[in-house]
Amino acid sequence: MFADYTWSELGSIFAMQGFAGLILFSVFVLMALGLAIIFGQMGVINMAHGEFMILGAYVTYLCSHIVENYVPSLFGIYFFGAMILAFCASAALGALVEWALIRHLYKRPLDTLLATWGLSLMLQQAYRSIFGAREVGVTLPDWLLGSVSLTDTIEVPINGLFVMALTLVIAVAVYFLMFRSKMGMQTRAVVQNRVMAGAVGINTERVDRKTFALGCGIAGIAGSAFTMIGSTGPTAGQLYIVDTFLIVVFGGAASLLGTIASSFAISQAQSTMEFFLSGSMAKVLTLLTVVGILMLRPEGLFSLKIRR
Amino acid sequence: MTNNGRKTGLGSTRRGVILGAATAAALTAFSQFGVGKAHADDANTTGLAVTADTVKVGILHSVTGTMAISETGSVQAEKLAIEQINAMGGVLGRKIEFVQEDGASDWPTFAEKAKKLLVQDKVAAVFGCWTSASRKAVLPVFEQYNGMLYYPTFYEGLEESPNVIYTGQEATQQILAGIDWVVKEKGAKSFYLLGSDYIWPRTSNKIARKHIEKLGLKVVGEEYYPLGHTQFNSVINKIKLKKPDVIYAIVVGGSNVAFYKQLKAAGIDMTKEKPLLLTISVTEDEILGIGGENIAGAYATMKYFQSLDNDNNKAFVEAFKAKYGDDIVIGDVTQAAYLGPWLWKAAVEKAGSFDIDKIKAASPGIELTTAPEGYVKIHENHHLWSKTRVGHAKADGQYEVVYETKDLMEPNPFPEGYQ
Repeated sequence: MFADYTWSELGSIFAMQGFAGLILFSVFVLMALGLAIIFGQMGVINMAHGEFMILGAYVTYLCSHIVENYVPSLFGIYFFGAMILAFCASAALGALVEWALIRHLYKRPLDTLLATWGLSLMLQQAYRSIFGAREVGVTLPDWLLGSVSLTDTIEVPINGLFVMALTLVIAVAVYFLMFRSKMGMQTRAVVQNRVMAGAVGINTERVDRKTFALGCGIAGIAGSAFTMIGSTGPTAGQLYIVDTFLIVVFGGAASLLGTIASSFAISQAQSTMEFFLSGSMAKVLTLLTVVGILMLRPEGLFSLKIRR
Repeated sequence: MTNNGRKTGLGSTRRGVILGAATAAALTAFSQFGVGKAHADDANTTGLAVTADTVKVGILHSVTGTMAISETGSVQAEKLAIEQINAMGGVLGRKIEFVQEDGASDWPTFAEKAKKLLVQDKVAAVFGCWTSASRKAVLPVFEQYNGMLYYPTFYEGLEESPNVIYTGQEATQQILAGIDWVVKEKGAKSFYLLGSDYIWPRTSNKIARKHIEKLGLKVVGEEYYPLGHTQFNSVINKIKLKKPDVIYAIVVGGSNVAFYKQLKAAGIDMTKEKPLLLTISVTEDEILGIGGENIAGAYATMKYFQSLDNDNNKAFVEAFKAKYGDDIVIGDVTQAAYLGPWLWKAAVEKAGSFDIDKIKAASPGIELTTAPEGYVKIHENHHLWSKTRVGHAKADGQYEVVYETKDLMEPNPFPEGYQ
C-alpha cells in the first residue's frame, strides 16, 4: 500500500493525515461532549441531539445575515457572538424540553429514546417550516476560510485549527464545570445517588434541568462551529447522530474522559483507513472494530468503578 | 393536500379497493352525465377524472423529510407550468386541477400515494418522483394501473418504461460531452472520480471511466463515501498527492456542502483549475447551501442553467421569480420538471384524447419549441433529446455557460460498451 509513493510524499502524507485526524478528533469531541453529559451523566438517550446542534447552526445563519446587512463592520468577529447566542438558544430550548418532556421520563430511560426521537422529527419539521426545506448558506468572515501552507504539499485548513482551539476551550470549561465547581459536584451527586442527593438538600430537579440545558448548549456551540465545515439544513442533524452515539457508547457512557479517548481512537482509525482504503470501506471497518471491542468490553473503554 | 387515501383503507382488503374504485367510478360517471356526457367521452374512454371543463392530474413529491430540500423546486415548476397552461385555456379545453401528495422521502409512501392517485383520484397524469429509489418504488404501480409518470431528474439510465416519460437526462447525455469538452478544451489527461455511495454516482462514474479509458487517458483514483459523510480531509489529501488534472465529483446532499467547504479550506483553489473540478451533481439549487464563494471556479455539466441566454428561458425565469420571489434560483431538475406538464399537454393534443394508451403511442416524436432549455423532442425510448452544456460557477451562485453541444444528444439509457 506504500509502494505508489516516494519517501518525501510519505512524509507529507503522515503530516497531513495527522492534521486531518486531529481535526476529525476535535470535531468528534465537540459533537459528543454535549451528549456525553446528557446520555452519560443523566442517562437520557437524546435522539434529538443533532437537532439541538442544527439550532445552533441556524442561529449562526441568522447572525451572519443580520450582521452582514446591518453592521457589516463587525462581520469579521460576529462568529464569536453567534456561538454564544447559539449556546443560549440551544440551552434555553433544552431547559424547556427538560421541563415539558424529559423530567417525566427519568424513571423510564428507554422511553426517552422514543420521546426524543419524536422531538427530533418535530424540530426538523419546525426548521423546515421556518427556514424552508432548502439548505441555507452561512457566510463566513474571510479570515476563517483558506489555509496555512507549511510546505508545498502540507497545508492546514484554518477552520480546522479554529475547531481544534474551540474544542480545547470547551473541553477545559466542561472539566472545570463538572469537576471543580459546585454545580458539577451537585450534578455528580445526583447522578450517583438521586435520593441521597435530595436528602442532603440538593434541589435535584434544578440540577437536572441545568445539566440537560448545559448538554444542549454545548451541542448548539458545536452546530455553530460546524457551519464552517458542513451543511445547514433541516435534516443535517441526522448526519451527526450516529457518530455521536457511537463515540459516547464506545468511550463508556458514564465517563467524560472515555468520550475523549474514544473520539481519538475512532477519528485516527477512520482517517488513516480512509486514506489507504476507500471511504465506505473505512467506515465499515471502523464500525466492525467498534462492535468487536464492545462485545469484549460491553461497558466501553472507560467505566466508573462504583459499588452497586 | 387531500388525505382520503388513508380513510378508504387502500391496500387493506382486495374487496375494499374494488369497492372504493367502483364508487369513485360511479361518482365520476354521474358527474359526467350531469355536465355533458358526449363531450367528455370523446377524449376519455378509460374512466379518468376528466369532465367537460376539467382534468385532474397528480403531483407526487416529497415536501417533508430529507428529500424536501431537492424536490421543492420541482413542485414549484410543475405548479407554474399548470398555471400557465390553464391561463392559455387548458388542455383540450379543460382546466387542469391538481391533487398534490407528499411522498415524505419514504419510498413505500411514494408507492402508496401513487396508487391512491391512480386508483382513487383517477388522475390523467402524474408529475413526480425525484430519486431513482422513489421512481423504482412507483414503477410497478404505474405499470399495473396503467398511469403516466413524468419524471424530472437526471439519473443513471438502465430503465425504459412505456408508462414513464423521462424529462431529465440519462447518464450518457450528461457525462460524455462534458468529458470530451474538458479533454479537448482544457487538455485534461488524468481524472480522479469521486462520489456518494449509491447507484447513480457509481453507474455514472462507470460510464465516465469507460469513456476516459476509451480516449486513452488515465483514471488515477475512484472513491465512494457513504451518503451523509461530512469529513473529506483524507480524500482531499489523497487528491493533492495524486495530482489529477480533473476531479470528477458526484457527491450529493449534505455531503456536498461539506466537501466543497473543506476543499476550499484545504487550499485547493478551483479558479486556478489545477486541478479543475467537474461535477454533475451541483445545480444552482445546491449552490445555495454550499455558498457561491466556496465553489466559484468549478465546472458543471447539465442541460440547463438559469443563466441560459434565450427568449424562452428569460420568460421562464421571469415568470418563476414573479410567482416565487426574486431570491429563488432555478436548477437543472426544476427546468426538467417544468417540461412535464407541457409535454403531457402536447401528447394529449396530438392524440386528441386523455387515454393513457393513446398518450403512450403519441409521445415519441413530440417536440417542444418553447422549452427554457431550447428545442427538445421525445425519443422512441421515452427520454428527451437535449443538448449538454458546461457551466462555470461564479461567486454569485450562478453558472456562466461556456460550452454547449452543437446537436441534441441522443438519449441512450442502455449504452452498449459502457456497462
